[in-house]
Amino acid sequence: MAEEELSVSRRRFLGRISLALSGLAAAVVSVPIVAYLLSPLLQPPPEEWRDLGLVDNFKIGETVEVAFDEPSSLPWAGQTSRTAVWLRRTGETDFTAYGLNCTHLGCPVNWREGAELFLCPCHGGVYYADGSVAGGPPPRPLVRYSVRIGDSHRVQVLTRPLQQTIAQG
Amino acid sequence: MKTVINWLDDRLGLSANLKPIIEHPVPPTGWDYTIGSATLIAFTVQVVTGVALAFTYVPTPDHAYESLEFITNGAILGNIVRGIHFWGASAMVLLVSMHAAQVFLIGAFKFPREVNWLSGTMLLVFTFGMAFTGQLLRWNQDAYWAVVVGAAQAARAPLIGDWLTGVLFAGRSVGGATLTRFYATHVFMIPAIIFGLLGVHLYLVLRHGVSEPPTPGVVVDPKTYRRQYEELVHKIGVPFWPDAGWKDVVFALAVGSIVLALAIWLGPPELGNKADPTVVQAYPRPDWYFLWYFALLALIPPSVEDIFIIGFPLLLGLLFVSLPFLAPYGERSPRRRPWAIGIVVFSGVSIAALVNVGSNAPWSPDLGNLTLPAQVKQGLSPTSAHGATVFEQRGCINCHRIAGVGGQRGPDLTTVGRRLSTDELTWRILTGGRNMPAYGATMTPQDTAALVEFLVSRS
Repeated sequence: MAEEELSVSRRRFLGRISLALSGLAAAVVSVPIVAYLLSPLLQPPPEEWRDLGLVDNFKIGETVEVAFDEPSSLPWAGQTSRTAVWLRRTGETDFTAYGLNCTHLGCPVNWREGAELFLCPCHGGVYYADGSVAGGPPPRPLVRYSVRIGDSHRVQVLTRPLQQTIAQG
Repeated sequence: MKTVINWLDDRLGLSANLKPIIEHPVPPTGWDYTIGSATLIAFTVQVVTGVALAFTYVPTPDHAYESLEFITNGAILGNIVRGIHFWGASAMVLLVSMHAAQVFLIGAFKFPREVNWLSGTMLLVFTFGMAFTGQLLRWNQDAYWAVVVGAAQAARAPLIGDWLTGVLFAGRSVGGATLTRFYATHVFMIPAIIFGLLGVHLYLVLRHGVSEPPTPGVVVDPKTYRRQYEELVHKIGVPFWPDAGWKDVVFALAVGSIVLALAIWLGPPELGNKADPTVVQAYPRPDWYFLWYFALLALIPPSVEDIFIIGFPLLLGLLFVSLPFLAPYGERSPRRRPWAIGIVVFSGVSIAALVNVGSNAPWSPDLGNLTLPAQVKQGLSPTSAHGATVFEQRGCINCHRIAGVGGQRGPDLTTVGRRLSTDELTWRILTGGRNMPAYGATMTPQDTAALVEFLVSRS
């Protein structure tokens, strides 16, 4: 009787220790895998000033789309290494840059020169030239980027990750 | 030859172990029982065509689109393979939904098949996961903006929103890591999970037996059900193969023929323009299997959006998971469960209606360069003619329709002169409305007056 009990507890011990060791092995292996998969999230968003061209390239009162390089791009990113802003010149040295994404669900807003409005093709969000909401579902004005006039009279914009332009909660 | 066959049979245990499985007794069933097996065949077709596509497809943003162009236009019969994969995906979404509806209708989710239902629910979810990730692999404008819109929705989730968008993007922006993430998910991860779940699902079909077609008045009682089922199968059961299985073959062949015919006649969807974050001339639309949700989001009031975007899919999931526990016993026949018929009919009609309205998307402005038809501009006074030009140039036409031309976002203005006076029109143009911008700050009084005169003349 005692011998039987002993062998049962020995069996149980071996079973449990095998499971525990396997679990431990799985946990150890998953540390690098999970860290590797999450690595793009663990790095801080890079912020860099990007050159948009000479101040004189832009007419006062005009809003134009200007593309530039996305700071975090990988060598095989192709077209996705580029991003853009709507750049509006309102005075000699006054520039405003707006994100392309509608604050409703992130669709690309289109500047309509004649209407002096930004229109979103998805759910009809409308913004005035100053980026404030003119109508439709958008909860917030268009996201603004920092702009400065850098050396030799060139307009520069501070990059923002897309994550921030679509999710400014 | 016979010795070789016998040897294989003995070593593989075909007659001993597999034969009893494919010949296991099942209750006599109707054609509705073939939907599940057709889903399995559709999945197999997806695996085979998917592997074939992966031989050529390049999952990097700089070449994905070009490799798909090559598959579609360069490779021999490549467009047929892509076509089968595309229409097969539609078939799978349709079949898996129909299978769920049928199982719900005949109460087959009840005791003892609760886990069959739960594993089926997960298979349904992962099938939609395949549909979403697959659409993105086209890496055209629709795909790029679908990622952005998807991430913008995920960003609404409380607390984890930021983290979710990061997971979707594989970083802070859509870039080099995004497409490979969706590729790995679509090609390795979800299929592996589906294979595992299919194993569980099929094993459970064998463990609990194919549910007998329900009879009104015969209720499921956990104490007696298993014994009754055994007796029933013993009395009137037939071997699954071939007595029931031939129907599965016929239906699967019919589905396969339709998929192949659509792949040949209609082919895969147009690739459209290559994904480019800097090109804003985009008109993002999901494939039909998500169009109903897209339409639903457009139609609900913006004030409930935050709760709805995250809450609605969660609620659906919760309903699916809790169903076998909410109604584990009792009547199975749809004739005694009219609300089950009601739910299926309501869901089916709603989804069809939403897909239909979603494909027209009347809530979207038309951002083309539109001009009013000649007959509208004919015989106008000089002021009204100027007003018509203002209507085109100031973007009115992008949201308002006159004589069949223009967006459908705002009211049709073909005969607005009958409804609104000069004062009312002026007021509305200058001050705007909830969905309409106010033009007071940007439109000159002359333009406003001309526009109003033009609109009043529309009667």
